[in-house]
Amino acid sequence: MRFKDVFSIIGPSMVGPSSSHTGGAVRIGRAARRIFGGLPARAEIMFYGSFAETYRGHGTDLAIAAGLLDYAADDMRIRDALAIADASGMKLAFKTGSNPAAHPNTARLTLRGDGREDIIVGSSIGGGNIELTAVNGFDVKFTMNYPTLLVFHGDRPGMLADMMNIVGGDGINIGYMDVDRKGRSGEALTVMETDEAVPGVLMERIRVLPDVRRVCLADLTAEEVKS
Amino acid sequence: MKFQTLRKLIDCCSSDGVSIGQLMLSEQAKESGQSESDTFRQMADYYGIMKEAVRRGIEEPVPSRSGLTGGDASRVHQYVSSGLPSLGVEACTALAYALSVSEVNASMGRIVATPTAGSCGIIPGVFVSSQERYRWEDRHLVMGLFAAGAIGYVIANNSFISGAEGGCQAEVGSAIGMAAGALTELRGGTPEQAVHAVGLALKNSLGLICDPVGGLVEIPCIVRNGFGAVTALAAADMALAGVRSVIPSDEVIGVMLEVGTAMPAKHRETAKGGLAQTPTGRRIMKDLYGANRSRQENGEGESTKP
Repeated sequence: MRFKDVFSIIGPSMVGPSSSHTGGAVRIGRAARRIFGGLPARAEIMFYGSFAETYRGHGTDLAIAAGLLDYAADDMRIRDALAIADASGMKLAFKTGSNPAAHPNTARLTLRGDGREDIIVGSSIGGGNIELTAVNGFDVKFTMNYPTLLVFHGDRPGMLADMMNIVGGDGINIGYMDVDRKGRSGEALTVMETDEAVPGVLMERIRVLPDVRRVCLADLTAEEVKS
Repeated sequence: MKFQTLRKLIDCCSSDGVSIGQLMLSEQAKESGQSESDTFRQMADYYGIMKEAVRRGIEEPVPSRSGLTGGDASRVHQYVSSGLPSLGVEACTALAYALSVSEVNASMGRIVATPTAGSCGIIPGVFVSSQERYRWEDRHLVMGLFAAGAIGYVIANNSFISGAEGGCQAEVGSAIGMAAGALTELRGGTPEQAVHAVGLALKNSLGLICDPVGGLVEIPCIVRNGFGAVTALAAADMALAGVRSVIPSDEVIGVMLEVGTAMPAKHRETAKGGLAQTPTGRRIMKDLYGANRSRQENGEGESTKP
């Protein structure tokens, strides 16, 4: 089911004018910021499909900038987000591209800063709902409707079991999980949507597991309506 | 959720002996792990935002961000008080309120997506005008929003609710179906009658393209919200009178999926066809973007895989 609950149909509360091009776009930007783990120094945003054709009229650029500033979809500052981003020292570049295979409302965000880079692809699928479809070249699908843990790690036997033991052992239920790897014994990304956020102490236990490179929690549920 | 189709929704309501709204409330509480009272409170907050948007567009009309639209809700509202509307005062009030919320949306004001921002006027237009007319308590309308949400949940998962995927039928059409079904229940109709209202309403918007002038959620979106509210009232009246959707509503939803999938990209929110590409539509687009194109564009036409 693409839409999981009543508040993905009635809701969100948002600043207009478009739930896909404004509301969902704020959430894509905000999800990317949470994955990156802070305000990026530079962000390059590539728009595809209907995003590319109509982003100016819908303020999709304002919306992505607002999300990168960590604003919620109903924040009245969204209309001034480009100026605020500029004042905050975040450099933004918006481009358009074409990719017939992508969902019509897709954006690819390349965030840089602190010597790091994250590339996040997300689609706005209607009514403010989003699907993130790739992180740093890994094809994973998740919605940000739940607290989401991303673990970058090397592919090895027992890796998933080690992580599950830590998360499940503490009574945290995993509702959905997606794994993608670059190749056998190569780099991998595991994404877990959990019913409650994985606490910092468990994240640290995962981080120190052999072959784990990076752990991040992307959680919008504290600020948004619980689904 | 224990229902994935409208048929199953009716069956669940009848086996549990509850309304569509009550079923949705308890299913939502189960899904989220929250209490029913917290879940209800969230929806009540949304209804408050809808009422505020209705009021704002009528009492404090503001032009849209582009300056192309605004003030029509107030015009229609004043016309209602002249006593002249062919629709009658009640339906014309629903029309004015739907225009109002859509205008607030176009001005980057705060609204609730129902199910989208492009279609955010229809449910508040129908609900707030009906509340005034029938003197319902807020509580009744909040349960109506759960009913509308249950219907929208089935439509969204079996078809689509975004104009980019399925055209205007997916946005405005879905909202009309949701409003029609919910109003039928609010007025005492059975779940079966409510579902007939959905099918009757959806049939009337099949094939409706999404062709926003300049890519803005303004022309023709705002007036389509006004029309949508009136259509929802008509569908609810038919269902309450005993009119049935001979093609079952779930099958109509399937048709919406078929038609939307076949719709060319130029008629799915890209502003590359329909009203957006009329001589006037193109002139408006040029006026809007001609001057400050360089600020926004620095890589158009680039071909890259996401």
